[in-house]
Amino acid sequence: MNATVRALFPALAGTVHGRPLVYLDTAASALKARPVLEAERAFLETDYANVHRGVHTLSQRATDAYEAARETVQRHICAARAEEVIFTSGATDGINLVANAWGNAHVGPGDVVLVTRMEHHANLVPWQLLVERTGARLAVVELLESGELDVDDFQEKLKLSPKLVAFTAVSNVLGTVNDVAGWTRAAREVGACVLVDACQAIAHGGVDVAGWGADFVVFSAHKVYGPTGIGVLYGRSEVLADLPPWRGGGDMIDQVDLERGTTYAPPPFRFEAGTPHISGAIGLAAALDFVAGLGPAAVAAHEQRLLDRAAAGLAAIDGVRLIGTAPHRIGVVSFNLGPHAPYDVGTLLDARGIAVRTGHHCAQPLMKHWGLPGTVRASFGVYTTEEEVDALIDGVQRAARVLG
Amino acid sequence: MRSSTGCSGLRACWDDAGNTPGSSPYLCPMSSELDARQTAVAEGFGFFDDWSDRYEHLIELGKELPALPEADKVEEALIRGCQSRVWLHAALDADGKVRFRADADALITRGIVAMLLQVLDGLTPAEVAGAELWFLERIGLQAHLSPTRANGLEAMVRAMKLYGVALQARATS
Repeated sequence: MNATVRALFPALAGTVHGRPLVYLDTAASALKARPVLEAERAFLETDYANVHRGVHTLSQRATDAYEAARETVQRHICAARAEEVIFTSGATDGINLVANAWGNAHVGPGDVVLVTRMEHHANLVPWQLLVERTGARLAVVELLESGELDVDDFQEKLKLSPKLVAFTAVSNVLGTVNDVAGWTRAAREVGACVLVDACQAIAHGGVDVAGWGADFVVFSAHKVYGPTGIGVLYGRSEVLADLPPWRGGGDMIDQVDLERGTTYAPPPFRFEAGTPHISGAIGLAAALDFVAGLGPAAVAAHEQRLLDRAAAGLAAIDGVRLIGTAPHRIGVVSFNLGPHAPYDVGTLLDARGIAVRTGHHCAQPLMKHWGLPGTVRASFGVYTTEEEVDALIDGVQRAARVLG
Repeated sequence: MRSSTGCSGLRACWDDAGNTPGSSPYLCPMSSELDARQTAVAEGFGFFDDWSDRYEHLIELGKELPALPEADKVEEALIRGCQSRVWLHAALDADGKVRFRADADALITRGIVAMLLQVLDGLTPAEVAGAELWFLERIGLQAHLSPTRANGLEAMVRAMKLYGVALQARATS
């Protein structure tokens, strides 16, 4: 990556406390790329209208753009059909949709839903609600000290014949990259439905639903330089075909009849009640095109260099402990500085214009594994430079001196 | 913090232009002790242009704050709304003044706690309940008073004032 890529992110020209912004919080939300902003703006200015309803030209243009965005997503995530791409408000919305539409229909008293200790709260709480609702129970795959999932424990928990297995492709706290295809195969062999959280994977390493073989895959656009309020739920067409709707409203119906009952539209529309985030879908497609244009291999190599440099530089600071040392990591580095609260380190870094995340990162069960209240997390994107990584290391060294 | 609701005997020291007491033409005789304390804390900050310097000063204040015994770091004393954990206890002393004891697990937060204690500890319940904390603006921390800020300053101030209200009720009952 180079200065040309960096120039495509207007936010990077900004300053914080009079210093140039060093944005190391991409895992929470990626900055917005100019091609994304321009695609959304152009659409809103020239082609905007509601979709799927109007006979008028503008509505048809908007519908064409919205459905073209769906096809762009399909292509980038290697889905077999555009109908397998459901636009949601984000990954959280997608998981809740599956937990309700699929969960209510397939999970009952005594059944097991299998998750991992590595999950973001968004991939835990909807399942907790499901098992409470249905009388099922939650089982948890535990972690190794390195921050990798315990494969033996996974195999053991599969003997419980879980109805559904939900896990993340990449940990948002540790950066651990999981063997999605292998785990999916093992889970499906025991008859489980598989949902993969691809929120970090979509920007780091990419999503390949065909190669993964999962039934459901979710991600949010804002993690991949796209807009907030839009995301994708991929559902395998065989699974979507029989899936009842979750939310009711316009756009998801076939016929509404107050006497004979209502019939529903086929996927994906059955799951897109109400007017969707139309311009968001346009922006998401532009974001995926943007990353594909940079070349996934080049992006991965760039981010690997940054991660290695950060991990080595931080580990060399007296008192720094890296949390998560799996051999295969990407995108984020989590650490603590001696006994000091992550809040102190993050606040001192912010005073120098360096944006990191501190706290539990919406993964309290993972924190509990290490008995930590939280960590400091630095995360990288296509715009991150080695100089910024060095600024982080220097900032942490200064924080170490000040905090004593 | 400019609201004077709950202010009993303590008048807001703001004039219409938002001037602080140093430049205010209004007299606030009831709050002189509170104002003197705020002036002292604000002067400790000098004229830091740089946030790093402000935080370093807060960290120094935090290091000087006596630690609470572990036995007092209980769930019931935790203040909700802070990313770091803050424990706050309050009681009336023999003179009817509010005595606060507090601690936090982050040093910058301890510094904020120490600063609030320097200003509010040992005042009467009424003074605590109605305190106008103008010094936060003077030292540049006013923006940190939003409830959505992770430092929990707003939650701490609210908790301390609520103790003032509660202890006032106890003292007069």
